[in-house]
Amino acid sequence: MFSALANPARFMAFSRWAAPILGVIAVGLIGAGLWLGLNAPPDYQQGETVKIMFIHVPAAWVAMLAYACLGGASFISLVFRHALADAAAKAAAPLGAAFTGVALVTGSLWGRPMWGAWWVWGDARLVSVLVLFLLFVGYMALRASIEDEAKSARAAEILALVGLINLPIIKFSVEWWNTLHQGESIMRAGGPTLAPAYLTPLLLAGAGYSAAFGALWLERIRAEVWRRRATSLALRAALA
Amino acid sequence: MTLEALSAGKYAAYIWPAYAVSALGFAWMILDTLARARRWKRRAHRLEGEEEG
Amino acid sequence: MSVLAVLVRRELSLAWTRGGGALLAVGFFVAAAVMLPLALGPAPERLAAVSGGVTWVVLSLASLLSLDRMFERDFDDGALDLLALGPLPLEIVAAVKCLAQWTVSGAPLAIAAPVVAVGLGGPVALAPMILVVAGLGGLSFAFLGGTGAALALASHRGGLLIALVVLPLLTPPVIFGGAAIANFGSGLPWSAALCLLAAYAFACVALTPFSMAGACRNAQS
Repeated sequence: MFSALANPARFMAFSRWAAPILGVIAVGLIGAGLWLGLNAPPDYQQGETVKIMFIHVPAAWVAMLAYACLGGASFISLVFRHALADAAAKAAAPLGAAFTGVALVTGSLWGRPMWGAWWVWGDARLVSVLVLFLLFVGYMALRASIEDEAKSARAAEILALVGLINLPIIKFSVEWWNTLHQGESIMRAGGPTLAPAYLTPLLLAGAGYSAAFGALWLERIRAEVWRRRATSLALRAALA
Repeated sequence: MTLEALSAGKYAAYIWPAYAVSALGFAWMILDTLARARRWKRRAHRLEGEEEG
Repeated sequence: MSVLAVLVRRELSLAWTRGGGALLAVGFFVAAAVMLPLALGPAPERLAAVSGGVTWVVLSLASLLSLDRMFERDFDDGALDLLALGPLPLEIVAAVKCLAQWTVSGAPLAIAAPVVAVGLGGPVALAPMILVVAGLGGLSFAFLGGTGAALALASHRGGLLIALVVLPLLTPPVIFGGAAIANFGSGLPWSAALCLLAAYAFACVALTPFSMAGACRNAQS
């Protein structure tokens, strides 16, 4: 299926309808998820702040998803030298950074009433998301600092793959460090024992956020394809 | 039922900013992406037209 | 064998002469560490509590800043092109550069680290662990930092970009090393942390030369 999409013309034709449809699906899923979530009874431990869970956890999920997509696209770009894959990697980064930023801010707001602090280094998930944010920023900084487009693409690919390989180790090290420093009780409301009244809206919101990322990603890749086309056309006109 | 959904009790100061930040994040992503797409599509089509013309 | 020996000798002497080598790195290390009591105030208990961690963090920064020009000098005067065409694979060249960096700068930093930690008020008993952690961690810093330096070649921008790109990747060794030091100090089991640090360092040595060589070739083309 991917080889069918690899053709830029076919990708543009596919994404032309796929992006808006994914967008509509996203709105529906997020709306349903938030509706159910906001109407769920307050948690006996967290009270009303459980309502933040429905916008924080999906954002964190999509942050990870975005990096996986960035890494996957970079891998394909490195192996198959495909310009569309590189465009996909480039497009995923700012979206990933935005979702990650939202996850961090909502996580901080979620934690403040519970833990009494705006930030708790003991939450392994939150710390991993912070490191992930830095990975996105580093990727975008590297890409932006190399003028030659081809060189920028290759360097960014390598960085993305180094980051992708490192990411499980980073997550492991942060969780491992967290269990060493067990002192405060860490809120594990996102754990497997989540009540169905919360789990269903959370999954719906998660699916909705993912669909939103998909729609935005496709549209950004389209923008990148047009940008490259416009740039090469302008170059041809200048040389003609 | 909607009233209960919107009630945030004493945590309102945390819940609404969280939703606001999320909405802002989405707004920026959507607007920036669509603006970018529109700008480059227009420029590419214009340059294509010039090349043919 | 002799080709490798020539390269090793070259890289060692380059690392030594390049920008002051070990002296500059250690000098920065000490100067930055001095910032801590200036900023935090002289209360000994407070300083002692953070001395191990701060020493470790400042060490990582000193390691990163000193490999700024690891590839750039050869890149600028064309020596990198010759090395790429030479009998040794570019991956080996990159590995040798990083090892030379670790030998010339990393080793003195590792020796200075316990001194700095004790100077900041840390217990003397921590010194041997800090030495070992600084040495092993320095290996990770040299190789991951080298990856950053190679990637930044194409951008002609140094120091800060390399640090921004590499620092989040340093999370595992920083955590493992910090845990080893902290646990050793409080009497908790530290061997797991040390093993993880060593494993990570050797993985870096084995894998990063490929990304460094790829990044160098990218900058050259």
